[in-house]
Amino acid sequence: MNMHHFKLYDFDGGIHPEQNKSQSTQLPITTAKIPQRLILPIAQHIGAPGNPAVKPGDKVLKGQIIAKGEDFVSCNLHAPTSGIVGVIEDREVPHQSGMSATCIEIITDGKDTWIDHQGLDNYLESDAASLIDCIAQAGISGMGGAGFPTHVKASIPASKINTLIINAAECEPYITSDDLLMREYAMDIIKGIEILQRILLPEQCYIGIEDNKPQAIEALQIALKENLDDTHNIHVVVIPTKYPSGGEKQLIQILTGKEVPVAGIPADIGIVCQNVGTVHAIYQAVALGIPLISRITTITGDAVSSPQNYQVLLGTPVTDVLSQANAQPNKVKRLIMGGPMMGFTIASADTPITKTSNCIIAASDQELPDPAMEQACIRCGMCTQACPAQLLPQQLYWFAKSSNLEQAQAHNISDCIECGACSYVCPSNIPLVQYYRFAKGEIKQAKSDKKSSEQAKLRFDIRNARLDRETAEKDAKRKARAEAAAKKQAAKKAAPPATPASGDATAEPSVDTEVLKQKVLAAQTRVDKARERLAMAQEQNLETADALELGLNKQIDKLTAAQKSLEEAKS
Amino acid sequence: MNLLNISSPHATRSGNTGNVMLTVLLALIPGIITLSYFFGPGHLIQICIASATAIGCEALVLHLRKKPIGFYLKDYSALLTAVLLAISLPPYAPYWVTMVATLFAIVIAKHLYGGLGQNPFNPAMVGFALVLVSFPVEMTTSWSAPSALLENGIGVAQALEIIFSSRETIDAITMATPLDLYKNQVEIATASEIYQNPLFNGPNQEASIALGWQWVNVAFLLGGAFLLWKKIFTWHVPVSLLLSLSLLSIFIGWDSDSYVPISLHLFAGATMLGAFFIATDPVTASTTPLGKLIYGAGIGVLIYIIRTWGSYPDAVAFAVLLMNFAAPLIDQYSQPRTYGHKKAVRGLAKKD
Amino acid sequence: MSLILISIFALVALAILFGAILGFAAVRFKVEGNPIVDQLDALLPQTQCGQCSYPGCRPYAQAISEGNEKINKCPPGGESTIAAIADLLGVDPEPLDAEHGEEKDVTLVAVIREDECIGCTKCIQACPVDAILGAAKQMHTVISDECTGCDLCVEPCPVDCIDMIPVGTTMQSWHWPKPAAAQMIATDKVQTI
Ligand code: SF4
Ligand code: SF4
Ligand code: SF4
Ligand code: SF4
Repeated sequence: MNMHHFKLYDFDGGIHPEQNKSQSTQLPITTAKIPQRLILPIAQHIGAPGNPAVKPGDKVLKGQIIAKGEDFVSCNLHAPTSGIVGVIEDREVPHQSGMSATCIEIITDGKDTWIDHQGLDNYLESDAASLIDCIAQAGISGMGGAGFPTHVKASIPASKINTLIINAAECEPYITSDDLLMREYAMDIIKGIEILQRILLPEQCYIGIEDNKPQAIEALQIALKENLDDTHNIHVVVIPTKYPSGGEKQLIQILTGKEVPVAGIPADIGIVCQNVGTVHAIYQAVALGIPLISRITTITGDAVSSPQNYQVLLGTPVTDVLSQANAQPNKVKRLIMGGPMMGFTIASADTPITKTSNCIIAASDQELPDPAMEQACIRCGMCTQACPAQLLPQQLYWFAKSSNLEQAQAHNISDCIECGACSYVCPSNIPLVQYYRFAKGEIKQAKSDKKSSEQAKLRFDIRNARLDRETAEKDAKRKARAEAAAKKQAAKKAAPPATPASGDATAEPSVDTEVLKQKVLAAQTRVDKARERLAMAQEQNLETADALELGLNKQIDKLTAAQKSLEEAKS
Repeated sequence: MNLLNISSPHATRSGNTGNVMLTVLLALIPGIITLSYFFGPGHLIQICIASATAIGCEALVLHLRKKPIGFYLKDYSALLTAVLLAISLPPYAPYWVTMVATLFAIVIAKHLYGGLGQNPFNPAMVGFALVLVSFPVEMTTSWSAPSALLENGIGVAQALEIIFSSRETIDAITMATPLDLYKNQVEIATASEIYQNPLFNGPNQEASIALGWQWVNVAFLLGGAFLLWKKIFTWHVPVSLLLSLSLLSIFIGWDSDSYVPISLHLFAGATMLGAFFIATDPVTASTTPLGKLIYGAGIGVLIYIIRTWGSYPDAVAFAVLLMNFAAPLIDQYSQPRTYGHKKAVRGLAKKD
Repeated sequence: MSLILISIFALVALAILFGAILGFAAVRFKVEGNPIVDQLDALLPQTQCGQCSYPGCRPYAQAISEGNEKINKCPPGGESTIAAIADLLGVDPEPLDAEHGEEKDVTLVAVIREDECIGCTKCIQACPVDAILGAAKQMHTVISDECTGCDLCVEPCPVDCIDMIPVGTTMQSWHWPKPAAAQMIATDKVQTI
């Protein structure tokens, strides 16, 4: 079954950057030490951030929920070890912007005491709903990089899915966390796949893996043979090494020859894609009841003396793991979270490891020197050759550079996956991807501006309509009153000695006086209130006193006016 | 730690624009050597004149545009333009022709349009076309005969003298190019009669296509193949250019008694130089894969038309310039289909 | 003689041919559009601030479309709006008329210092987009998502409790800036540890 030969497809473009993977595969996965403090951002996934479920000072146990994902597209967060909740405040989080966001700090107690936990018994006989619930409870989100909540992906109706793809390509240079995970936990991964199959009922399942990971391939194949009988439909598909074969869209194209339609998701063509790391987390959650509280992270780069993969508790500051891998701080020039093609630099080593941090590269100056100065684009077309999305990167570059957002959109800039292949090959050292990110950001901004300006226009129109209506109503009332008055006048003239107690005409003024009386009363209270407030302000010497005095005078004026009109009405 | 904060990708292939230009220059070397071997040192001298002029002009313009001179000179694009221009010009054209052409190429055709990457027309060909229409006499009478046909060959001293001062001895060494000769004679003579001319088969009548020229073309072809292998450009432009030129000369010019035969079209003029080094100039060519095919084919067709029915002896320069005009339009209508899209975008975005 | 005739004939034929092509193209590719007022209105920022001296964006659009108004009077829209209008109308863009105000480069939103609000409802009456909530004698608040930052509520407030606060960049709205013209050597270095 494993020897089954597969027709592979190819995707356009792609590059072959230097692998730099062997540095970190020499040693097995090691468990990193529990740091003194864990910093846990409440948003480590795509979607709504979790709501903190603990207060500073609370004691927490390992595996206890500390932030609850209340929306459907959101994730729970658990305490990675036991300890006491420190502060809950904004801290620097792993994000390209280098900004801060809410984090829960846990001061660890070193005892690592578990909360009660257990997996589902006989999980392969459980129904899909309880499996999905179990995944949701465990707070699992995509561990390959994007961090999309896994239970949401798993909730796609099984009837729509015919293929499950496990992304084990790990095409970015330097990163080996999936590789080592497969070498050491192949059996668990296969079991995790079985759980997903139980939920999604796919006709077939492909594990897409690049041919630069022979040990992982072998481990998977052995695990398959030992674990399952011959009727299984899980295929380990070895694909050629080419970046970005691990991009979801590209992997789907390689394995099935199909393309995810624009603005669509893989489920539109019957496919669900999951990363191997995620599959392993699913197994741990469902079979063992272990929520997502740690992950495998590659610590590598020239500035690290003993690069290797660590099992790290979420929230561990990067600096803690770096020092375990013997990093030389003065050699570090660039600290990258993720791979060298799509990862982002972090501005501080205190930034914590999160659910999506698959790799930390502490790069020296020789390794990743400062970017060379941007030269003029010579339209050489090397970027077009490299682009896996069949875009025209250089056209996009010209449009982005001149802020011609309209044309950039027309040339499908939104389909750029920001893989960086174009920047990699560009002989003029143009930071193409940054140009695209800039243009995409501007486009997004423009769209939201447009939306709010439309909204403002709408509200403006509604308000105007309301004002018009109000004036119209007032006019109508005034007219009615004038007419009534005229009638009364006429009636008076017609019957000068009329008896005051008869007819509607006489009731009118009494209503009027009622209203006016009310008004006087209201004005009186307002004056009183204003006096009070003024007195208070004067007592406290507030700057507002002057304004309040002015206000009081106005109120008094109004009161006198009201009283006057009442007198007039009465007489 | 002093950390750098920049956008991904962090890894890039080493190299810069200068490397690309130098690789192209490297690929020109076999062609230049063959040219000098068969036609004397004229081209070498022209290369020196053109390069010096180009670098001088480039530096001056950069200075005027207040740009860092060293940084931009190191992209070697001016040097490449100069060399391409020099080997396109007749080897014994007077020095001032070369200088005017280079000056025009660098200052007008390149920098006035915004510098490297912005120029819509191939600068070398603009310079070439300018001098061709301005100084037709110098341009058509300065082609030398293959040195094998001259008694003493052409010495460096003689070449320098012809280029820089007196043109008295020039008649002794010049001769029409084989393409020109064939075209002029085919109206009055048959193919076999024309082939009697030593320009084609040398003094000893050994079998060949066009004395000297054929090897020059082979050398440029090899250089081009090297660049293809180095992935400096893609196969689209040269292949479609040569293909369309060959097809036309097969279908229209099958009768070598009345038209120039395919062998001469491909191996007697500036065809290989044009196909691999001039039409492929990325700045002025079409940039989409389909567009490159159309662009190359267009040049091939124009070369054939101008060579056959036009009055200029060779046609690469005009064909390339004409297609330069069309390149932006071709680009708009030949965009590839993006991943996930049902069909490709054509033309400019509509304004809403 | 015949040569001249032939030339003339050829030229006329060409003229007719190209004329026909152009005419066809004009019909074939004709852009059906909204009335010009709508198009202009869509380009204006809809801040409704009245800085243009019209009571809102649409009246200004109306005035422009009637041809008796300059296009450079909208400070919130700034240069980009002027350029867009100039493009639409096929006229030359002009610099912003400073008389009407200056373009701000940060977006502002009004915030009421709620403990100082006396509930006078003056700001509600001033707000062109009904972005302020409140009733008489009750504390008022600005719905910041709806506020266009037009400034109109600040002046009428008798106790000066409304501030215009710049809207900061959030992690969601942040994006990479355009690379500097020649990103010499990256200077964006952050000091840590
Ligand atoms: S690779 Fe760079 S220089 Fe070449 S066309 Fe693309 S952007 Fe321009
Ligand atoms: S970053 Fe975008 S444009 Fe560049 S190669 Fe990748 S998908 Fe293509
Ligand atoms: S100045 Fe601009 S934003 Fe303000 S009302 Fe006039 S058109 Fe609208
Ligand atoms: S709240 Fe104030 S600033 Fe905001 S839209 Fe209303 S009036 Fe303008």
